[in-house]
Amino acid sequence: MNLQTEPSATEAIAEAKREWEQLTLLPFAEKRPERREQFRTIGGIPLERLYTPDDLRAHDYLRDEGFPGEFPYTRGPYPTMYRAQPWTMRQIAGFGTAVDTNARFRFLIAQGQTGISTDFDMPTLMGYDSDDPRSEGEVGREGVAVDSVDDMLDLFAGIDLEKISVSMTINPTAWILLAMYLVTADELGFDRTKLSGTVQNDIIKEYISQKEWIFPPRPAMRIVRDTIAYSAKHLPRYNPVNVSGYHTREAGSTAIQEVAFTLAAGFAFVEEVLSLGIPVDDFAPRLSFFFVSQIDFLEEVAKFRAARRIWARVMRERFGAQKPESMRLRFHCQTAGVSCTAREPLNNIARTAIEALAAVLGGAQSLHTNGYDEALSIPSEAAMKIALRTQQIIADETGVGNTIDALAGSYAVERLTDEIEAGAMAYFAEIEKRGGVVRAIEDNYFQMELADAAFDLHVRKERGERQVVGVTKYRDDSPNPAVELHHVDEAAAQRQLDRLAATRARRDPAAVEAALAELARVARGDENLMPPTIEAVRVRATAGEIVNALRPIFGTYVEKPVF
Amino acid sequence: MPIKVLVAKPGLDGHDRGAKIVARSLRDAGMEVVYTGLHQTPEMIVAAAIQEDVDVIGVSILSGAHMTVFPKIMRLLEERGASDIVVIGGGVVQAGDVPKLRELGVRAIFDADATTQDLIDGIEAIVREHGRAAARAKLLQAQPVS
Amino acid sequence: MERREIAPLLHRDLARAISAVENGHGSFAAAAESLPAQHRARPAFVVGVTGPPGAGKSTVVDRLIECVRARGETAAVIAVDPSSPFSGGAVLGDRVRMQRHAGDLGVFIRSMASREAGGGLAPTAQEAVRLADRAGFDVVLVETVGVGQVELEVVSVADTIVVVTVPALGDGVQTIKAGLTEIADVFVVNMADRPGANRTALDLKHMVRESGRETPVLQTIASDGTGIDELFAALCAARGGGGNNAARAVRFELLRAVRDRAARRAAAFLDDAPARAVFARLAAHEITRREAADALLQLVFTEE
Repeated sequence: MNLQTEPSATEAIAEAKREWEQLTLLPFAEKRPERREQFRTIGGIPLERLYTPDDLRAHDYLRDEGFPGEFPYTRGPYPTMYRAQPWTMRQIAGFGTAVDTNARFRFLIAQGQTGISTDFDMPTLMGYDSDDPRSEGEVGREGVAVDSVDDMLDLFAGIDLEKISVSMTINPTAWILLAMYLVTADELGFDRTKLSGTVQNDIIKEYISQKEWIFPPRPAMRIVRDTIAYSAKHLPRYNPVNVSGYHTREAGSTAIQEVAFTLAAGFAFVEEVLSLGIPVDDFAPRLSFFFVSQIDFLEEVAKFRAARRIWARVMRERFGAQKPESMRLRFHCQTAGVSCTAREPLNNIARTAIEALAAVLGGAQSLHTNGYDEALSIPSEAAMKIALRTQQIIADETGVGNTIDALAGSYAVERLTDEIEAGAMAYFAEIEKRGGVVRAIEDNYFQMELADAAFDLHVRKERGERQVVGVTKYRDDSPNPAVELHHVDEAAAQRQLDRLAATRARRDPAAVEAALAELARVARGDENLMPPTIEAVRVRATAGEIVNALRPIFGTYVEKPVF
Repeated sequence: MPIKVLVAKPGLDGHDRGAKIVARSLRDAGMEVVYTGLHQTPEMIVAAAIQEDVDVIGVSILSGAHMTVFPKIMRLLEERGASDIVVIGGGVVQAGDVPKLRELGVRAIFDADATTQDLIDGIEAIVREHGRAAARAKLLQAQPVS
Repeated sequence: MERREIAPLLHRDLARAISAVENGHGSFAAAAESLPAQHRARPAFVVGVTGPPGAGKSTVVDRLIECVRARGETAAVIAVDPSSPFSGGAVLGDRVRMQRHAGDLGVFIRSMASREAGGGLAPTAQEAVRLADRAGFDVVLVETVGVGQVELEVVSVADTIVVVTVPALGDGVQTIKAGLTEIADVFVVNMADRPGANRTALDLKHMVRESGRETPVLQTIASDGTGIDELFAALCAARGGGGNNAARAVRFELLRAVRDRAARRAAAFLDDAPARAVFARLAAHEITRREAADALLQLVFTEE
């Protein structure tokens, strides 16, 4: 039956459904009652017993779904999707020194990975050099330590940066790492205009959920604006932002909030760059996104489709985008870290596989699958191999990639897509009312919504409404199976300190001082920060030195926590 | 008399979802919870714990740097004459490190599967057994110590 | 400039003394005795910081600590947060905004839950202030959540009171309760970079003038420090004119004592016939609630 049915046809269905409920369902349910009064998705959306064409009576296929590669892109950003090539398999890697991580990159590429994704240690993420007192105990532990271009040269040694795209998960210091990346490419002999990849660089979600910050929101927005403007002009294949919902979801938000807050951040970045007078079609095509794929299967597939449709509509209607590329949302995806358990870790392979499938059926462009050891440690080689194989099995054995947007038309999925879209639109109105995204951050609006959602989910879990297999249900007393974990090389920190000392010894201190002075000058004004930053890293100023030069100018951020 | 707990987030790690839920849950169980925010050094944590005169410091740590952080906290408490403050931890701590931490004087480590009720019961038991409040009342009759 | 500091063990002992009075373990005198006497030229300068929630009080306090330290003096902070009326517990998060001072031995920050005062000033906050004074702190800042009667209760504690507010969203200065014009020594409009700041400051000045006072109205952006030096100067100046405050404090304490006694007396005979008659008339809508209260009040006086 066509979704776009005549009113009388859906009425007939509604009537028939009522009859079914009375005559078939009720008597049966009396003898065999349902497990619960109401079921809800993990994000809190009620999940009905049954969806029929009647639930989609307001739908218009051509208006609401259309075709892949065409407005509103609900069915996918490209006309051929995985029939042309599968999504990029992009497992994140990062630990120890750049040399250590480079080895892991090469291992993953040899195993069939098609894109690189870099995880940095906490000091690098937060703008501290490896020898800063604040960095003690954390150098090279949760990611790779990068202090200067010298580190980056080793990080990407032997990798063809013109052929393989590189993603760097870095935020408050993203602009610095991007500058280092460009200088690295120069020194390794690659053409900057051929570089593809991304820096995450989504500072808005930091204040909301991931909480990696240095400066207050307004100067931080200026930095993101400058990277987008610079990239639009000089790096045609590069994505200067990866607007993220993953972390907000991991921090406990609902699926609707994930979509709403992420897209709102995207719109805020668009407005910020527009204020420079740059036309929207000059930079919007290169804005990319990053969502989680959680365990509630149907909700996730619907969520990705809703995100695409919303972005397309708002970009066209509110920002007047005309280029299809400006309206077409592309996203990287990662399976949900919080869904992985420490107990019975091998179960996580199943969870990850299901979440990965949802991401694929949702049309992701790039995917990281978690290792079974996600709740225990940063991923081991063995865990990453299985995670990669999981993606390869989906791509090569299941056939879901051979047809586009296979779940379209499912009454349940289409209905959930609509609901998520409506929920997100309501949030946009609320954010507007509160004076926009940056004001809402300063007023703790997102943080409060998030705290409430996280607490609500926590209560539902403790009440038994959400079960975790092997932990809250089917828990046995056998000792937790031991798995071989990534071995943290405690000597790596010292190696990094030696590397840093060597960099400082080799460089020209006068050049560094001059470069930092120039950077400070630009920071106080309104010119683009990228050129002086590129020059500073070229003469081997370190990330920490750059941040320290800017702290007195931009200030430091202290949060106002909500519970 | 409410139990007073400091929920501490040491280091650069920004994952505070668990810590905040714990804070809220402990409050709902009638405790007074001091939250010092993110990015705390051991010095800041111990200074706060002493000034707030808490019964328990609950360290939430997911970064793996616990073998650097806990020893520092224990040493500072000792130096400042506040070793009677109980230290517990939660988050991601590898099983093999737990005995080492207990040897340092960390009284309990709650793993990721512990429920908030486990935590509340645990804290109440620790405070009961440790009896700081009663010991403190006696202290007031003693000579000044500083 | 040399910055005074307070010894670490004294931090500990002060904290314990405050706990003792907070939890009713022994007398105030015993708690005070546990701290060695400090010989000082003048007692601590006690500054109350109050105002509606979200005004940025903690950030203002953080900046004021900075001012105190810049003069080489020591600062103690008593930050009061409301206890949950349901569980009796509390999350005390004010010190987050001041935590950068945590390593500084010249600064002592103590959070207190309001406990049975239900959102008001913790009953033992006054004693905590006196203990901090005894421990030798030059300035004691008391921060309270400005809801209900709290703004007025802080009077019994502080020499000088700052009322912090933010640019209101269209409805003037409604958030400032009438009683505040009485007790404020300085008004601050914080987040002054937001729209409506000048308007709010003007409204406050108008209100001040109408009440026949000369309370200064300042604007600050506490998050970047703008206007804080001027605020500190105004506070010090207000301290200079201090005579009023002792009288004001006595007046307030007396008023509170009277209120408490009247309430206790009223509660005592609520079950008696005359009171029940009043209730019956109220239930039958023969009199308004206000009239019922007046009638009960009459009964209190005649019961003497």
